[in-house]
Amino acid sequence: MEKLVVVGNGMAGVACVEQILKYEKKFDITIFGDETHVNYNRILLSSVLAGEKSLDDIVLNGLDWYQKNNIDLRLGVRIVDIDSSAKTITGNDGSVTHFDKLLLATGSVPVIPSIEDVKKEGVFVFRNLDDTRSLLERCRPGLKAVVIGGGLLGLEAARGLQVQGCDVTVVHLMDTLMERQLDNTGGGYVAAKMNELGVTVLLGLSTTAILGNGHVEGVQFKGGRSIPADLVVVAAGIRPNVSLGVAAGLEVKRGIVVNDYMETSHPDIFAVGECVQHNGVCYGLVAPLIEQGKVLAATITGNKGPKYEGSVQAAKLKIMGVDVFSAGEIADKVDGSEVIRYEDPSLGVYKKLTLKAGKLAGVILVGDASDSHRYMDWLRSGTDLRSMRKHLLFPAASEDVGLDVAMMSDNETICGCMGVTKGTIIEAIHDKGINTLSQLKECTRASTGCGSCTSLCQQILKAVAPEFEEETRKTLCKCVPFSEDNLREIVRSQKLKSVQEVLEIYGNGIGCEVCKPALSYMLDMLWCGDHDEDRSARFINDRVHANIQKDGTFSVVPRMRGGVTSPAELRRIADVAEKYNVPMVKVTGSQRIDLLGVKKSDLPKIWADLGMPSGQAYTKGVRMVKTCVGTDFCRFGTQDSTSAGIELERRLENLFTPHKLKMAAVGCPRNCAEATVKDIGLIGNEGSWQVVVGGAAGKNVRKADLLVTVETTEEAIRAAELFFQYYRENANYLERTYDFVERFGIEKIRKETVYAPDDKKQSLRDRLRKSKERSQDAWLERETPRHPSQFVQIKSLEDVLV
Amino acid sequence: MKDTKRWIRVVRCEDIPLREGRSVKVGHREIAIFNLGDRFLAVDNRCPHKGGPLADGIVCGSTVVCPLHAWKFSLETGAGVNAASSSSSIETFATSVDDGIVSVEIPVSQAEPHGPQLQSSAHFCDMLAVLADSP
Ligand code: SRM
Ligand SMILES: Cc1cc2nc3c(=O)[nH]c(=O)nc-3n(C[C@H](O)[C@H](O)[C@H](O)COP(=O)(O)OP(=O)(O)OC[C@H]3O[C@@H](n4cnc5c(N)ncnc54)[C@H](O)[C@@H]3O)c2cc1C
Ligand code: SF4
Ligand code: FES
Repeated sequence: MEKLVVVGNGMAGVACVEQILKYEKKFDITIFGDETHVNYNRILLSSVLAGEKSLDDIVLNGLDWYQKNNIDLRLGVRIVDIDSSAKTITGNDGSVTHFDKLLLATGSVPVIPSIEDVKKEGVFVFRNLDDTRSLLERCRPGLKAVVIGGGLLGLEAARGLQVQGCDVTVVHLMDTLMERQLDNTGGGYVAAKMNELGVTVLLGLSTTAILGNGHVEGVQFKGGRSIPADLVVVAAGIRPNVSLGVAAGLEVKRGIVVNDYMETSHPDIFAVGECVQHNGVCYGLVAPLIEQGKVLAATITGNKGPKYEGSVQAAKLKIMGVDVFSAGEIADKVDGSEVIRYEDPSLGVYKKLTLKAGKLAGVILVGDASDSHRYMDWLRSGTDLRSMRKHLLFPAASEDVGLDVAMMSDNETICGCMGVTKGTIIEAIHDKGINTLSQLKECTRASTGCGSCTSLCQQILKAVAPEFEEETRKTLCKCVPFSEDNLREIVRSQKLKSVQEVLEIYGNGIGCEVCKPALSYMLDMLWCGDHDEDRSARFINDRVHANIQKDGTFSVVPRMRGGVTSPAELRRIADVAEKYNVPMVKVTGSQRIDLLGVKKSDLPKIWADLGMPSGQAYTKGVRMVKTCVGTDFCRFGTQDSTSAGIELERRLENLFTPHKLKMAAVGCPRNCAEATVKDIGLIGNEGSWQVVVGGAAGKNVRKADLLVTVETTEEAIRAAELFFQYYRENANYLERTYDFVERFGIEKIRKETVYAPDDKKQSLRDRLRKSKERSQDAWLERETPRHPSQFVQIKSLEDVLV
Repeated sequence: MKDTKRWIRVVRCEDIPLREGRSVKVGHREIAIFNLGDRFLAVDNRCPHKGGPLADGIVCGSTVVCPLHAWKFSLETGAGVNAASSSSSIETFATSVDDGIVSVEIPVSQAEPHGPQLQSSAHFCDMLAVLADSP
C-alpha cells in the first residue's frame, strides 16, 4: 500500500483525509500535527473564548476516529524540512519519514505587524487552542484588554474577552471595521452594535508600540497617544504558512500554488487549505477548504476528474446579538452594477445587495442575517433575479414556518461550511435512519462548522425524519433563540437588568408568555434581586400574589411554617373567612389552610386582617416545609424535625425558584411528612440527618436521592441551602428538581455543592444570602403597591346607562 | 334598543401600567384595556374559551395570552392567534386618548349583561391549566 503523509492536523487536512477514506482504501496514512490536540473545530475557538462552548464540545474527530481508520497520528511533532527528491520529511524530533504522496495542510500563521516590543509578556495571538487557553487563563473581570485589529477575528476575540469580564477596546488601523467584508455604512452599524455591547472601538489608529516594563501596561499609537492595557491580542490578519512549500522547492507565491486538481508543481506533493493559492486567491474560511479537499481526494486516489473552480467567499460574524453576513463583491463602485439598500438605524439593520446583469454579485447583511442562505444560493447558482425584483430584500410573506425549507431545491446548500446540500441531508435521513441532529452531524458533517445552519437542519429533520426527536430543550423559545445556559451568560456579562432589554438586544423585541416569566426569573436570580423588576413580564399570580382560579377569583394560602399554627391564628383565619364570605376554607395537601374564591380587590384587606405572611402557594418559588411532630411528642422521634423544618422554611421563604419547590423534615425514617418525595427532604436518624433531593409525588413519583448525611441540624440546613442555590442557578425555567437531578446526576450535584471546594460553597452561600436580604414577604405590597391599580377593580369614569 | 355606538370616557392613562391590562366595568360589561406604550387597545374581558379574565393576561407585542389556558388573541383585530384559539375571536373596541383619558367606543345596544356570568366553583382541576401556577 502507498504511504500518504499529511502535514497539518487542522481543519482542511483532516477534512480531506475524511474524503480520501470514502474511496477504495489505497493508503497507509500518517498525520503530523504540531499542536498537541486531536482535530478540532478552529472556528469555534471564538465560542470557547466567549464561554458558549467548552473545549470538549469542539472536538471534530476524537482519538477513536484515528484508530478506527488506522491512521498513525503524530501529535506535537513539527515538520521542519522536506526532501522532495528523496521523498522524505524531517520532524523537529529528528524523525525522518518516507512518503509516496505528501499532503501539505499547514494553514496560516498570524500576521504580527511591526510594533515595538510586540513580544512582551501579556501579548497574545488568537489562532489555536493553546492561544485560547492562555487567554482564558489570563483574562479576569476588570482587566483592560486591547485587541489590535477590527476584522472578524479581532471582533470575535474582543467579544469573547468582554464576556469574560474584561474591559475591551478594539483598535483598528482602517476607518471602518471589517473593511474586507463590509462597506463603510455596514462597518458603522457593526461599530455601533459593538459599542452597545460595551466594547470600545477606536478607528484609524496605527499601533506603534507596546508599553510597559516587562509586562504589558499600555499601547501607543502613531502621533503619541496611548491607552492603558493589561493584555493585548494581536489579530491583524493571517498569512499562508508556506515555509515547507519553499523547502520542498514548490512554486510558491503568496500561498503554495495549486492547479484546478489541487496539484502543486511536484507530482507527488499536494496541498490544501489556507496554505494554498488557487487562481491567485488564498482562502481564509472553511467552506472553500472543504471544497478543495473533495477535489484533492478525487485526484490523489486516482479518480482525477472533478475540478476546483474557486469559491464564493462568505463570512459570518459569530457574535451573539451582532448578526453580520457578507459574501461576494462588497465595494460600491463596480462598473455596471446596481445597488439595492435598506437601512433602519434604530433597529440596527442594514442590508445591501449588489446586482450585476440581473444576477446577485454581492451581499451585506448587518443586524438581521436570517436570509443569508437564500442570498448565498443566488450567488452560487447565478440565479436570474429580474423577475423577483420586488422581493429581493423582503421575500413575500409566508405564514408557514416550514416553507423556507420546503421551497429549497435539493441541490441548494444548507451547510455552507461543510458544503452539504438539502438533497444529501434528506438522503442520509432516509438511508441511514437518522432522527436526531447529532446523528445528522456525525453522518453528513452538516452543522459542524460555524453552526449557523443548525435551525435549517432541524427544520429538515422535523419535516423528513419519521421519528424526529428534538434533543433536550435547546433554546428558551422562538423569541430569544438561545439556550438558557447561554442566556444566563449573556445576561451576566452584558449586565442586562430588565426583561425588555434582553428581548430587545437578543430577541425579537416582543417576547411571549413562555420567555417573559422565564427571563423575569433569570434576572431576579442572577442579580440576587437587584434587577429592574417588570411586573408586566410576570404571570398574573406574581402580580397579585395569589393563585388565579377558574372563575378569575384567587386563593389565599398564608404561610404556616412547618404546618404549625396557633389558636389565635386559627381564630383570625376564621374571622377573615366570615368577613369576606370566603366560599371555601380547606386544609391543603401541604399542611396549611387555603381560602378559596377571593376577589382580587379583597386580597390586600384579607392579608392585612390575617397578619400572616404569604405562603407563596401561587408562584414558582419556595412553597413550604412539611414537618412531623418529631422528638417533641412522638415516641419514635430521633430529631426535632418540627423546629428544623420551621428554621429551613424561614431561611428560604420568599425566594423564587425555577419551578415550585417543596420541602419536608421528618424525625425518623417512618417519614410521616413524606420527605423522601419532596424536592428537598431532611430525614432524622439517631445522631444524624440525611439530606435528600429530587423527590416527587406529583405527576411523577420519584424517590429522592441522598445528597449527604451530616450530624447536626445546622449542617443539614446548610447542605439544603447549597443544593437550593445550585438548583436556582443551573436548572432551566419550569424544571422541577426531579428532572434537574436526573439531568445533572446526583454525583455531579454533590461534587458541586456539598463536596465543592470551600470558596465555591462560600460563593453559592453569598449569592443566596444576597438574594435573601433583598427578598420580602410579597403580601407587604398591600401597604406599598407596585402600582396604584395593582389590586383595584377600576370603575368607568363615566357612568353609562345601558 | 337601537344599535348605536357611544364613546365613553373610561379610565385615566396612568391607571394602566405599561404592557399590562386592567378590566373596567362599563355598565354591566367588562372591558379589558391594555397599555401598549404608544397606544391603548380595548377588548371584551371575557375569554371565549372558559371566560378567563383577559385583562390579567401577559401582553406580548399587540397580543394578549389568557391567564387560564393560554389562548392568545390579537388586541388589534380580536382574532385568535395561536393553535388553541385560532378558530375563535374576541370583540374589540375603538379607543381614543384625550387629555390623559382613554375613551372606548361601545355599541350601546349590546352593552347589556351578557351570557352566563362566571361561576365560582369548588372544583379546581383543569389539567389544561398550563400557565396557572400550581401549589
Ligand atoms: C390547593 C392544593 C390542593 C389541596 O386542596 O390540597 C393544590 C392545588 C392545585 N395544584 Fe397541587 N395543590 C396542592 C398540593 C399539591 C401537592 C401535595 C404537596 O404539596 O405535598 C402535590 C404533589 C407534590 C408536588 O408538588 O409534586 C401537588 C402537585 C401538583 C402538580 C403536579 C406537579 C408535578 O410536577 O408533578 C400540579 C401541576 C403543575 O405544577 O404543573 C399542581 C397544580 C395545582 C393547581 C395549581 C392547578 C392549577 O394549575 O390551577 C391547583 C390550584 C388550585 C387553586 O386554584 O388554588 N399540583 N399539589 C394544594 C396546595 C398546597 C399548598 O398549601 O400550597
Ligand atoms: C478564532 C477563529 C475563528 C474563525 N472563524 C471562522 C468562521 O466563522 N468561519 C470560517 O469559515 N472560518 C473561520 N476561521 C478560519 C478557519 O478556522 C480556517 O480557515 C481553517 O481552520 C483553516 O484550515 P487549515 O487546515 O488550512 O488550517 P488550520 O486549521 O490552521 O490547520 C493547520 C494545522 O497545521 C499545523 N501545522 C502547521 N505547520 C506545521 C508543521 N510544519 N508541522 C506540523 N503541523 C503543522 C498547525 O498547527 C495547524 O494545527 C476562524 C479561525 C479562527 C482562528
Ligand atoms: S390539580 Fe390538584 S387540586 Fe386541582 S383537582 Fe387536580 S389534584 Fe385536585
Ligand atoms: S379561559 Fe381563556 S384560555 Fe381557557
